[in-house]
Formats: sequence, structure tokens, C-alpha cells
Amino acid sequence: MSTPVYLGMPTAPRGVGHLRGEPFPAAARRALADSQLRRNLGRATATIRAKRAAVVAELPDWEELRAAGSAIKAGTMAHLDRYLEQLEEQVTARGGVVHWARDAVEANRIVVDLVRATGATEAVKVKSIVTDEIGLNEALAAAGIRARETDLAELIVQLGRDRPSHILVPAIHRNRAEIRDIFLREMSDAPPGLTDSPAALTEAARLHLRRAFLSARVGISGANFAIAETGTLCVVESEGNGRMCLTLPDTLITVMGIEKILPTWADLGVFLQLLPRSSTGERMNPYTSMWTGVTPGDGPQQFHLVLLDNGRTAALADPAGRSALHCIRCSACLNVCPVYERTGGHAYGSVYPGPIGAILSPMLTGVEDNASLPYASSLCGACYEACPVKIDIPSILVHLRARHVEETHRPTPEAVTMAAASWVLARPGRLRAGQRAGRLGRLLSRDGRIRRLPPPLAGWTAARDAPAPPAQTFRQWWRSRAGGTR
Amino acid sequence: MSAREEVLGRIRTALGPDRHAAPVPDGYRTHAGLSPAELLDLLAERLSDYRAIVRRAEPARLLEVVAGALAERGARRLVVPPGLDLPGDVPGVELAEDHGLSARELDGFDGVITTAAVAIADTGTIILDGSAGQGRRALSLIPDYHLCLVQAGQVVGLVPEAVARLRPDRPLTWISGPSATSDIELDRVEGVHGPRTLDVILIGA
Repeated sequence: MSTPVYLGMPTAPRGVGHLRGEPFPAAARRALADSQLRRNLGRATATIRAKRAAVVAELPDWEELRAAGSAIKAGTMAHLDRYLEQLEEQVTARGGVVHWARDAVEANRIVVDLVRATGATEAVKVKSIVTDEIGLNEALAAAGIRARETDLAELIVQLGRDRPSHILVPAIHRNRAEIRDIFLREMSDAPPGLTDSPAALTEAARLHLRRAFLSARVGISGANFAIAETGTLCVVESEGNGRMCLTLPDTLITVMGIEKILPTWADLGVFLQLLPRSSTGERMNPYTSMWTGVTPGDGPQQFHLVLLDNGRTAALADPAGRSALHCIRCSACLNVCPVYERTGGHAYGSVYPGPIGAILSPMLTGVEDNASLPYASSLCGACYEACPVKIDIPSILVHLRARHVEETHRPTPEAVTMAAASWVLARPGRLRAGQRAGRLGRLLSRDGRIRRLPPPLAGWTAARDAPAPPAQTFRQWWRSRAGGTR
Repeated sequence: MSAREEVLGRIRTALGPDRHAAPVPDGYRTHAGLSPAELLDLLAERLSDYRAIVRRAEPARLLEVVAGALAERGARRLVVPPGLDLPGDVPGVELAEDHGLSARELDGFDGVITTAAVAIADTGTIILDGSAGQGRRALSLIPDYHLCLVQAGQVVGLVPEAVARLRPDRPLTWISGPSATSDIELDRVEGVHGPRTLDVILIGA
């Protein structure tokens, strides 16, 4: 293969944000030992899967919507520069200010400076994965600015000094008793007799945040969609905390990855069907807010839009992997993934967990910084089936494994095995000799299973048994049976 | 080089000169093909699925139905946007018109009455665009009770039909049932930060 064009394009910088963690196998092993986590995850993913299946089945044109969504995104990426310029022009014409950030460090600096300029020492935040990706809360804290998460799950995560574990329901790993304990410990205004019923916990959060909303001066959000032709920003949510943050403060700062853009207003007719049904399994989420620049007398009178690269152009430069940028963050692929269902989101070490995270995180950081993630999959294909914009995640996983092997130039046991297999299979004589040698494996087996192989094959048997080779090879059996030839 | 120039330059390098993209297939539905009566029935059903309370009113009986909804809710002091033209007074109910009330003042009302711009039957969604009768966004957000009046002619079948009718230069709020969360063990709890009760009156013959 020729030198790939994606080499040399700057990736998301190290030392800031949350795109890198410890290697997946080590983190997954710890997660698998947590039986509470596995119970929570199993119940939660099964529930969302069923809801999603029901509302998707209602639409006779679901496959047509997926096809349209996929093509709209591909067309967006093909002319991303033009659409971003158009978006900037429209937002600016309607009273907004557009900022560009090469990476997480630059985006954080821009937002910190904007908040400082208002004189505020506190900001209310809508749930936003991209601000978590760049570590914005930490950057604000370092500047003496308190960022208050207002989505219930993000609040649970923030108060618990924890990390999100699911795109849609970040506190999916916590059960009600754990959440009550966190509230009683961390929320000074939590009622002392707080029970662990979800209704009581939600009411406590409502009261806790109400004062913050009504006095907020700065709101910070991400964006689900931005429309190039009109300059319209769109945020979907359920609780109303998004509307509070987008409507009540004087200043609104929206951070969005450059890939979240859609070319036309009409595209929303497709994506506002695909996203809610794939995400929460609802026909429509309770609240969707759209705004274009500044509206006099209604909502924030200062609007700033920060357009973030942070490795996205590096992903764009890889033609075989660029469709990872089509993701609309619905989390359907997490809920159908047999690996995610068992390990949970923390094991992926990035704000983007699950199958989409296994391709997106390595592409944003460079494969060498998330080298184990492309292998965190059984390639079963359920994610591809569930994806509302038809991202072929299994193929990209395989592509990234190849990129990893190429870029590191260090042969892995898998690469050595595959190379050896192709050498052996090339000549019948080699296969015959190899099979005779393979029968020696019976010496390692007991009851027909090999439980531990010697290095370098020990990795294979660390998590599974290998079947013992049969006493007779297929070729020997074929020769010995009546009527067999050769 | 500015960040803007650098990011745009990276995109151009990444994409190269070959910018081919396949045309967008348009096989999805853009009309539900339902009669006006069927649209109203479907909207009522879908709104009720999200536990919004739906009432029907002939235009001549609107005031009566509004009074009934407010009495059931026990709401006596409500805020209304400029341009909300109810056909008369509701006995025992004070309606204060919004002219820049503060968030805290809005918090003191029992509820809000607004009209809508468009409603989507398929998804049980009502959409406010801030024009006369609908008010600025804070109005339908802070009070704990929202009574929304929807005209039969505003109801469309599918999401693409609604998008085609809406004006992108207006601030839009799409509402599908009361605010809700499923963040704790995926148990749905209705009523978080937005109005905890949503009543809808469908006005038509």
C-alpha cells in the first residue's frame, strides 16, 4: 500500500481532554469483574434496544431515511470547507460571533476568555460530549470558573467525581441507591429524608438547579446540528435543562465539532426522524431548540460559536475511515454491542465509547494512542445494522487494525500468525507438514481443550480455550475413507 | 496563519481535488397522506402517549374548554404572550401579558397559555416559533404548567412537512410531551426543568 495521506495531519493533542485511557483489555477486565455494573448495563441496554426497535418498526421508510442520512453526511464531508464558510457567514450576519479552534487547547482558551470577558465566575452547561472531549470543565476550573452540569446524568457524574460511561445516559453505571448517596453527600440542599426513588431524586435535582438557572449569566452548550444555509443551531434534549441554558443566560457559548454541520434546512426533516428514534427510542425527544444568531428580546443577546477541529481533519484525511465523522451521537451502536454490554463505557478510555468510539477515538488521536480500541470488537456487525447513518463500523475497525500494524511496524502476534497462515496455505505440501506438526498440540490438551498455550500464543488462551487438534487431519481421513482418492 | 485558515486548509488537504459525492436518495416519505380528521386523531393519540392531556374544542366553545382545563389544573394566575387573543375573559382567572418579565417573575405564575406555529401528528410534537401568541422562549419554559392552543390547520403529518413550513430565522421550540428524564436506571420520570404538565387544546370542527 502506498503512503497513506492521513500521515502528518495534526491529531488531537495529548495531555488535555478525555480521548485516551489505559489499554482496553486491562480496563475491560476490571469492568467485567464488577457484577453491579454488568447488571445495570444489561438491563439498560436491553430496555433501550426494545424501545428503539418498536419506534423504528413504526416507520415504513426507515431504510430510505437511513440511506438519505448516509448520503447527506457523505455529501457534507465532501464539501466541508464550503459549508463551514457558509455557516460562519450566516451566523455572523445574524449577530453571532464565530471562533475557530485547531484543537482542544485552543478551544478551551477561547471559551475561558469569553466567560472571563463577561465577568461571570459560573456557567451552566447543557450536556455536551465535545466539551468533555476537550476537558473544558477542567480548563474553566483552572481559571476559577465553576462549570455546572445541568443534565441529570451529567450532574450525577460531576457530583460523584466520576466519568460518563454512555453517550446518552452517562450515569448508566450507577444505580438509584448509589445516586441517592452521591446527592446526600454532595448536594447541600438535598432533603435529609431523600429516598432512592427516581422521582424523588429527580425532584431534588430540579430544586438544586432551579436557582442556578434563574440567575445564570453564561450558558455553554454543544450542538446536535448546525445548518450551513441558514446558520441555525439545533440542540435536542429531554429534561428542559437545555432550554434553560440556551434561553435564560445573557451569553451563550456553543462548542461544536466541525463535522456536526448539515448543508440545508430541509436536511433536518431526515435527521430529526433518525436521531430521536435511534437514541432514546422515542418518536421525538421532549424538547428540541433551534436558534439562529441573536433574536432581539428573546434569549441570549451574545452568541458565540466555537468550531473545533481537534483531530477531525486527520479523520477526514483517511478516505477509508472518514465516515466515522458521520456519527450523530445517537448511541444505538452501544446498545446493540455485545462487547459494550459487558464492559460498559469506561473501558474504552474515551468520551466516545462503544463501537463508534472504537473507530472515532483512534482516528482523532492517531491509532498509536488508542491502539487497542480497533480490537475491542467481535466484528459481529450489529452496530452497522443499527447505525442510522449506516457507518460501516466493522470495516473501519478492520481498516484501523491494518493501519495500526502499518504505522507501528512492530509485528503483533496476530500479524505474525496471519503472515504464517498465508505462507502455509500457499502450498499444499506446507499445509500437510503443518497439520502433522499441529497434532503435537494434543500433547498440551486435556479433555479435548487446550487451556494454556505457550508464548507467543498465550494471549489467545488467556480469555478462551483452544480446541485440541484432532488425532487425524481431514486429509488423512479423506485418504482413508472408502472411495477416497489421493 | 489564523486558526480559521489553518483548519480550512487542513480540510482542503484532507479531501484533495476529487470531491465526488453520490446524490441523496429521496425515497423517504414527505407527506403522510392522511385526511385532516385523521391528522387530528393521530396527533391526539401521540400527544396522549407522552401523557400530555388533550382536549378538543370547536372554535365557538374554546373559552369554555380553556376554563375547564385551568379549573382542573387549579391555575388562577397565568402569563400570556402579546397577541394571544382569547375570545373573552375566563371567570376567576387573571391573565398577565408578558412585557419583559424577569425569570423570577415568570417563576411566580401558575402557568402559561400560548398558541403554536405547527404541530406534527406522527410524532406528537407542537412547535412554537415566537411569533404573536407564542411569545419568547422563556415564557413557555419557566412556568410549571403549559396550556397550548393548536388550530386544526396547523397540524401536519410528518417531520419533513413541519420543517418545510417553519421559518429558520425564528427561535424554535419543539415540544413533545412534558419534560422528562430516564437518567436513573432508565425509569421515566416526567417533569424535570420544563413545565411538568402540558395540556393541549385542538381547535377544529
